[in-house]
Amino acid sequence: MTDATLSYAAHGDPHHLRGLQEGPLGHEGPAPKRIVTAYGFWIFLLSDIVMFSCFFAAYAVLLRQTAGGPSGSELFDLRSVAAETAFLLLSSFTCGLAMIAADVRDARRYQIGMAVTCVLGLGFLTLEAREFADLVARGAGPTRSAFLSAFFTLVGCHGLHVSIGILWLLTMMAQVYAKGFRADVCRRLLCFALFWHALDIIWVGIFSVVYLLGSAT
Amino acid sequence: MLGKLDLSAIPIDEPVPLIAAAIVLVIILAVLIWAGVKGYFPYIWHEWITSVDHKRIGVMYVLLALVMLLRGGIDAIMMRTQLAVAFRSDGFFPPQHYNQIFSAHGTIMIFFVGMPFVIGLMNLVVPLQLGVRDVAFPTLNSVGFWLTATGALLVNISLVVGEFARTGWLAFPPLSELTYSPGVGVDYYTWSLEISGIGTLVAGVNLVTTVLKLRTRGMTYLRMPMFCWTTLASNLLIIAAFPILTATLTMLILDRYLGFHFFTNEAGGNSMMFMNLIWAWGHPEVYILALPAFGVFSEVVSTFSCKALFGYRSMVLATMAICIISFMVWLHHFFTMGAGPDVNSVFGIASMIIAVPTGVKIYNWLFTMFGGRIRFSTPMMWAVGFMVTFVIGGLTGVLVAVPPADFLLHNSLFLVAHFHNVIIGAVLFGAFAGYTYWFPKAFGFRLHESWGKAVFWFTFIGFYVTFIPLYAAGMLGMTRRMQHYDVAEWRPWMIAAGVGTILMSIGVICQILQLAVSIRRRDELRDLTGDPWDGRSLEWSTSSPPPVFNFAVMPNVTGEDAYWQIKSKARQQSLASHEPDYRDIEMPRNSPTGFVCAFFATVMGFAMIWHIWWMVALGLVGAFATFVAFAWRDHDEYVIPAAEVARVDRANIAERRAAMDLAETPA
Repeated sequence: MTDATLSYAAHGDPHHLRGLQEGPLGHEGPAPKRIVTAYGFWIFLLSDIVMFSCFFAAYAVLLRQTAGGPSGSELFDLRSVAAETAFLLLSSFTCGLAMIAADVRDARRYQIGMAVTCVLGLGFLTLEAREFADLVARGAGPTRSAFLSAFFTLVGCHGLHVSIGILWLLTMMAQVYAKGFRADVCRRLLCFALFWHALDIIWVGIFSVVYLLGSAT
Repeated sequence: MLGKLDLSAIPIDEPVPLIAAAIVLVIILAVLIWAGVKGYFPYIWHEWITSVDHKRIGVMYVLLALVMLLRGGIDAIMMRTQLAVAFRSDGFFPPQHYNQIFSAHGTIMIFFVGMPFVIGLMNLVVPLQLGVRDVAFPTLNSVGFWLTATGALLVNISLVVGEFARTGWLAFPPLSELTYSPGVGVDYYTWSLEISGIGTLVAGVNLVTTVLKLRTRGMTYLRMPMFCWTTLASNLLIIAAFPILTATLTMLILDRYLGFHFFTNEAGGNSMMFMNLIWAWGHPEVYILALPAFGVFSEVVSTFSCKALFGYRSMVLATMAICIISFMVWLHHFFTMGAGPDVNSVFGIASMIIAVPTGVKIYNWLFTMFGGRIRFSTPMMWAVGFMVTFVIGGLTGVLVAVPPADFLLHNSLFLVAHFHNVIIGAVLFGAFAGYTYWFPKAFGFRLHESWGKAVFWFTFIGFYVTFIPLYAAGMLGMTRRMQHYDVAEWRPWMIAAGVGTILMSIGVICQILQLAVSIRRRDELRDLTGDPWDGRSLEWSTSSPPPVFNFAVMPNVTGEDAYWQIKSKARQQSLASHEPDYRDIEMPRNSPTGFVCAFFATVMGFAMIWHIWWMVALGLVGAFATFVAFAWRDHDEYVIPAAEVARVDRANIAERRAAMDLAETPA
């Protein structure tokens, strides 16, 4: 008995943290599912941003490696890029509206918001595809120089993300249509919204680093 | 129709891989027929392949690692045999085959042995140590495992269909570019790593979320067992580092498939950018593997010294310091690039600084042992062997972190000896320690102790006999990746290393025998208490193996070494008879999503390697369909009623009490 008491006193709190560890700051237990899902998705988005940062780094390293070919200032059409930016930022706004509608369980407004988001996203992709096709037609495709390889990869990777986002968006429209605002569907909506807004953050980076700085070289 | 694939892809003129593959195929077929005859398929499908239980997935990860360890080990034996005989002769293997062997050895050992081993242990143990019922994303967990298995499968397919990379385990360009490696070897390499890399990233996201968001009541950060801390650090590194690998390999793929110019010699490409990117992943990767091993040793040393871990908070700090500094040393892998004295100095000093927190850890383990009642069971043997070996490896590491010294030792066998010294000494010893330590938790019986000691001694001595000669040969100027040589002074060291490899191989055979003997004698090795080592953390508070829900009632933690406290309190107040309030438990349903995803990933990867474009499209469509079908599911959980939980728990408690009475009666 005394032995057990002693061992508890000696080993139960080996670093004499009793004052530090107890009290109102104690941990409440596992977080609710909504928090866990959104948190995990945030971490995934961080990893995605790390991946983009590699493509940004590659672009920065290869920016001047034009191999005698055209440089950014000769190629970029800032007016088209401005239109793309407008489409993407507006789509984020309508995505936000759709999420507000989802919060108040308004299916009609949610579907309208998502549909508009989808159209704006497709508009963005169309402009980007036109830009790429135009560059290739002018002999400035990704195989022309290291600079253009890096440009097409970075911007194309973002475009690929937008395309995947649109597929996901359509899935989410169908899910809400078929299943309503169930708890698990709402958790996925939360993740989708995070994803869509993260694409904006990356686009802001692309707009500044690739197009604005690129036009200056 | 089949892209680049035709009959010439089968290397009929090279008997070694064909015979090896034939033996493997026969074994696989025999196992399949045996399982079919015995009617085990439904069991394997329902209980293992589609399982989303973190314990089962952990076991499957470790199993994958052990199988691939045999494959990578055979590669190692072939290399050492070659170099023992290839003095002024060509040895057994022609250069193009030898180059594949060392490339496959490195790739397999890091990606398909080290990674699945540590991720398997983390999967198995961390939720139990945190006192929770599962990881944050059980189905994704299964996806992650099966994608890793896909990568391993693709590497093994390259043995008979086509070839593997001849470029070394990191496939440096320009050698790995299409101009110099026109075959499919590099494509096998890139696609298997892209796919398994995504699996690893999924595991990383999952485990970080688990540690940060799913802990039982009262399990504050500073009460987490050390293994949970190292798991957190290691998986944070996965999240920050593996996307770099994905991006870098994507650039190499674009170069090879679409004629881009990231790393080529033409059109402004920059191959040194590949070195920077790949090592910005590669150096954290070293710690992704080593940190969980450090965690295992912290658990083992504290348990087998019957003492709380010395300097717990300094250990946490050291772990997180390593986590951050590991991202600031990558350039020491290529001091010879010519970045200049300033850059080299910064990275040299950073590399030495990272030795400081590692040293803190060594002292903490030593002081944990100091004054403890030490039991030299097999896991503790690995831990002590690690401390000796790792200090030597760490010191040679600090040596090559000095840029002028590195200019002499770069790409020599000294370097090869150094990284084997740290990776075998830390990661492999740690994996084996964890395997022996947690085996009874996973299966309900201990591994045979004497065979375990035999494994330890053969591996430990074999390691030194193999790699100390490589240090010497490196000092004598022998470079790595040589298929043959004609310098007489190197010969004795190569023969000595060959002898060491024989010893280590005996260690592997002992390991297989240990498993076989333990399974046969499982009744006498049975662990009825759930706590075979007198453990200190929560995984030992539940039965061995734990029920599917881990804990009948979620534990309430009031301090460090949670289970040690519970045990002390129980002895003190004889509370063991107190019946808890059982509730219904919701558990995730099993799902074939992971397996189906991996199937389509295999199809797509294989099709990409051989340029079979229709099959690539098929794989993509299949993967998307799987995603939609998975997202469409209605019931992803099932309920275990409170009565069933109570029944299982009462049976466990009765069994445990009987075992304890039995143990106490003679005393």
